[in-house]
Amino acid sequence: MASITKAPKGSSGTARANAGPAGGPGHRPPARTRPRPPLRRIAVPWLFLAPVLALFGVFKFWPTIWGMYLSFFEVRPYLGNRWTGWDNFTAAFHDDLLRSALWHTVIDAGATVVASALLGFGLALLLEGPARHVRLLRTAAFLPVVTAMVAVAELWSTLLFPGEYGSLNSLLGHLGLGPMPFLSDPDSSLASVMLVQVWKSAPYDMVIFVAGLAGIDRQLYEAAALDGAGAWQRLRHVTIPALSPVTTIVLTLGLIRGLRVFTEIYVLTGGGPAGSTESIVTYVYKEGIQNNDLGTASAVSTVLFLVTVLLTCLTLWWRNRKEAA
Amino acid sequence: MSVPTTALGLRMPNRRWLRGGVRVLLYALVVLVFVVPLWTMVATVFSGVPLKLGQVALLPRHFTFGNLRTAFHFGVGRGLANSAIVTGVGLFLQVTVSAFAAYALARKKFRGRALVMLAVLATMMMPEEVIAIPLYLVLGKVPDPLGGGDLLNSYSGLILPVVGWALPIYVLTGFMKTIPVELEESARVDGAGDLVIFFRVILPLCRPALGTSAVFGFLMIWDQYLLPLLVAQSPDMHTLTLVVTSLSASQEQGVGVRMAASLMLMVPSVVVYLLLQRLFERGLLTGSLKG
Repeated sequence: MASITKAPKGSSGTARANAGPAGGPGHRPPARTRPRPPLRRIAVPWLFLAPVLALFGVFKFWPTIWGMYLSFFEVRPYLGNRWTGWDNFTAAFHDDLLRSALWHTVIDAGATVVASALLGFGLALLLEGPARHVRLLRTAAFLPVVTAMVAVAELWSTLLFPGEYGSLNSLLGHLGLGPMPFLSDPDSSLASVMLVQVWKSAPYDMVIFVAGLAGIDRQLYEAAALDGAGAWQRLRHVTIPALSPVTTIVLTLGLIRGLRVFTEIYVLTGGGPAGSTESIVTYVYKEGIQNNDLGTASAVSTVLFLVTVLLTCLTLWWRNRKEAA
Repeated sequence: MSVPTTALGLRMPNRRWLRGGVRVLLYALVVLVFVVPLWTMVATVFSGVPLKLGQVALLPRHFTFGNLRTAFHFGVGRGLANSAIVTGVGLFLQVTVSAFAAYALARKKFRGRALVMLAVLATMMMPEEVIAIPLYLVLGKVPDPLGGGDLLNSYSGLILPVVGWALPIYVLTGFMKTIPVELEESARVDGAGDLVIFFRVILPLCRPALGTSAVFGFLMIWDQYLLPLLVAQSPDMHTLTLVVTSLSASQEQGVGVRMAASLMLMVPSVVVYLLLQRLFERGLLTGSLKG
């Protein structure tokens, strides 16, 4: 598709090159004599951008704007949409299922992001450095990150099978710990989902932290050591401050991503049991696709979008301020 | 005389063997937690021993291809083919249009450039999860460029929405900015136009960034779940991710068969990662640090 759009431009591009300051063997006068750039020069960047902008327009901006628009309507196929103002929003946020979904999502996003960052940091301390065996271990530990979420969820739904025959439960049994219900009990289901998420994302954080650790000046450690700082003090006063920009990025991006959690929950529990793992996006999907209530689903999506934008802007603003300082 | 330090700056202890022992123990724990679960998937698929629901094998005893064969019988082959088509075509288009866009953003000065950068940034806040419902409606309105109806239940519907992606645009723009202007100028003096410069000068130099973009694009498209869930309505359009979940939902198949489908989903990503690890880790850092 892209090459077709570009094809006719080839000849014009070649001609345009002669307008460059070097002049060359062209049949046009050098560009210097004409201060206004020719139309071609204006068009070239836009032609290169055209495919991406068209795709973004159709598959990103149009749905986003249409979703905001639909938020204010009762969507009725064949009958025409009916304007209802803020009704979709008020109805959705009075729905107990959505309220608990919001709560689960915030807990899930917050706790998994912090837990993976902590575990990732620990792994990074353990597995940093260029030594061969450590690199090998890092590669091995990273495998969950590249494995598709659906496969991960499928694997863990078997490993976390309730009852004493479940894989993890029989392992726990050897350690003298009782069988856990994991995903099958409303009290432990969300924690079990979070366990799987941390398992998949902690090695990702590890790699980020390993890169961060590698960037710390060794002399700082040696200076601290000569000043008599112990291992803990060096960690506290050299390593952690040096990693704080990276940590902030890991936490904020993880949190923003966490708010739209869908696949792992949908595959592991489908939002159950008894709605105990329902997240914002699983709620939207069920309302929109299964219950066919497109207005309510759009309203909730719109709020999620606006929160995402707000958090992203805050992150960028904060980062710019840091860089300026 | 400097104190011997590890990278973190922990001083080598006197009781080195004790520290060493703890370290090895922690290494073993890392392997147990992150590798053994994935290994049990492999072992379960090739194990001929019947397993109860929720049980996995630790070793592939009574080695068999039976589970794989059954899984292919129940749609894994079709899913694999669909995923391969979608990923292959989608990745090619994604890298191509991203490189085109990056060329304009990195090498051209033009009015509206900042606005385009803002638009690219904005798309990062519009993933499928956030726009699922209206995206579904849009897919029902846009005609399939390959003919025949709208984008729902079509390959175009599975492919086109993932082609435009901010990450490869960022990776490629960043990389193209580092290419010296002199190379481009000397080609221009020789009479080369933008397309010639793009294909003959810039793209060959971008090979590492193209590789990074391709690795990420592969994983992004291969792992798609929500988009196929919205688009692929008939089973013959199901990608492998959908086949995996519908196989397990049917509850008729044993653990081995279900794991076989998951294994087929996992193996290509792992192979790509292991082969192109260096490209991958470089992209990971640009992706996460630049937003």
